[in-house]
Amino acid sequence: MKAVLALVWKDLIVELRAREFIGSMVLFALITIVTLNFAFDLSGAGREESGAGGLWIAFLFASVLGVGRSFAVERDRGTLEGLGLLPVPGGTLFLGKFLSNALFLLLVQLVSLPVFALLYTLPALRPMAILFVVVGNLGLAALGTLFSALSASSRSRELLMPLLLFPLALPIVIGCVRATTMVYTGDGGETWPWFNLLAAFDVMFIAVAYAVFDFVLEE
Amino acid sequence: MTMSPPSATNMAPAALEPVVELRGVGKRYGTHVALRDATLNVWPGEIVGLVGANGAGKSTLLRVVATLARPSRGSVRMFGIDPTRQQRDVRARIGVVSHTPYVYPELSCRENLRFLATMRGLTGDGVGGVEALLTATLARVGLHERMEQRAGSLSRGLLQRLALATALLHQPALLLLDEPDTGLDVGGRDVLSGCIAEWAQRQGSVVFTSHDLGWVQATATRIIAIEAGRIVVDCAAEAISADQVAAVVRAGEQTSARAGTGGRV
Repeated sequence: MKAVLALVWKDLIVELRAREFIGSMVLFALITIVTLNFAFDLSGAGREESGAGGLWIAFLFASVLGVGRSFAVERDRGTLEGLGLLPVPGGTLFLGKFLSNALFLLLVQLVSLPVFALLYTLPALRPMAILFVVVGNLGLAALGTLFSALSASSRSRELLMPLLLFPLALPIVIGCVRATTMVYTGDGGETWPWFNLLAAFDVMFIAVAYAVFDFVLEE
Repeated sequence: MTMSPPSATNMAPAALEPVVELRGVGKRYGTHVALRDATLNVWPGEIVGLVGANGAGKSTLLRVVATLARPSRGSVRMFGIDPTRQQRDVRARIGVVSHTPYVYPELSCRENLRFLATMRGLTGDGVGGVEALLTATLARVGLHERMEQRAGSLSRGLLQRLALATALLHQPALLLLDEPDTGLDVGGRDVLSGCIAEWAQRQGSVVFTSHDLGWVQATATRIIAIEAGRIVVDCAAEAISADQVAAVVRAGEQTSARAGTGGRV
């Protein structure tokens, strides 16, 4: 556990000093939210659904931009090899990177959600809506961390990352869009099945990534 | 040119287990053969200098021993165990300095070492615990006055000293140093030579590569020369002159120039 926390601490300090990810992720999420605000017709009955869709598109793209590069940056610096030489299980490295990435995404969401709520005039800051943001965040961070490591060594990693992430993130994105739409429309009673499904996906993605990470980091 | 080992460096000193055992190890990258049929033992307390032309296979040999590259053929045993099965046990007992230092430019020298100490589960001995260990390690490589300086602001030579500190921190049984003298000034070179000698005195083993043949000759107790992926010289350092080593490396350079880079099949 100490190793996991050390990795999170290292990532946070490095990001705080280098400002490599969070700034660009926040900017990208905000631009997407603002652009879609103009692209969608938000006066009609489908405002909640369009808004929820726009919000999760912004989060998905922001995760590619930030989470997707987390291992590529380590590789470019040469420190990925150093991490691989540490006598810790690959799963420990995964958990550390996953928690850092989830924290980065959460920071992006914390900044984006009030802007989204204001522009779309939707109750995006309701506790239930935030709960789904957190559950979706964990799934995106788990998948993003795994595929970031898988694609880090590839010359076409910028292409490979979304190609791997988008199809497998679909259950999370669909689940989150449906559930947040229900929260926005006030249909709170029907959201728990979605929560259970998303939580199950999160657990599955985290467990699989933890189990296979030793092989992912091999030469 | 192949020299028999006059001091029998490949033979077992009594009651000692080799730190590294390579048997017929080869490494291929696609069609490129980087290492061919490497067989050698490294014993506790030995300082092995690897020499050869660029692309001869020195770094590949080090990477195989460091568990960073799986051999395409042959067998490797480290500390008597199979590194492919007990990789973490082996990694806990080796310290590596690579071409690229494994340090984060945004962290200070002390923060870099503290991160590695936590990742390795080091607690430090005696008074002061792990912080005292970090201080002592940085002082050993001459960075005691730059502990709080960020790694990104260090010169190439000082960065190389920090890289050495990261390799020494957990007091490994085997040090693997790939061109550790790159960018070092005279003081840095003295620190490096001192660390290597000290390690060998404590029955630690060191395998290093360098293009400075004079320094290799002065530092190593055993010299291994590699040409086109093949070990062509393996003997005690005092059994071969600096001119002979230089001749082997030059011959390797000519072979590489004729064949492109390294051997192709």
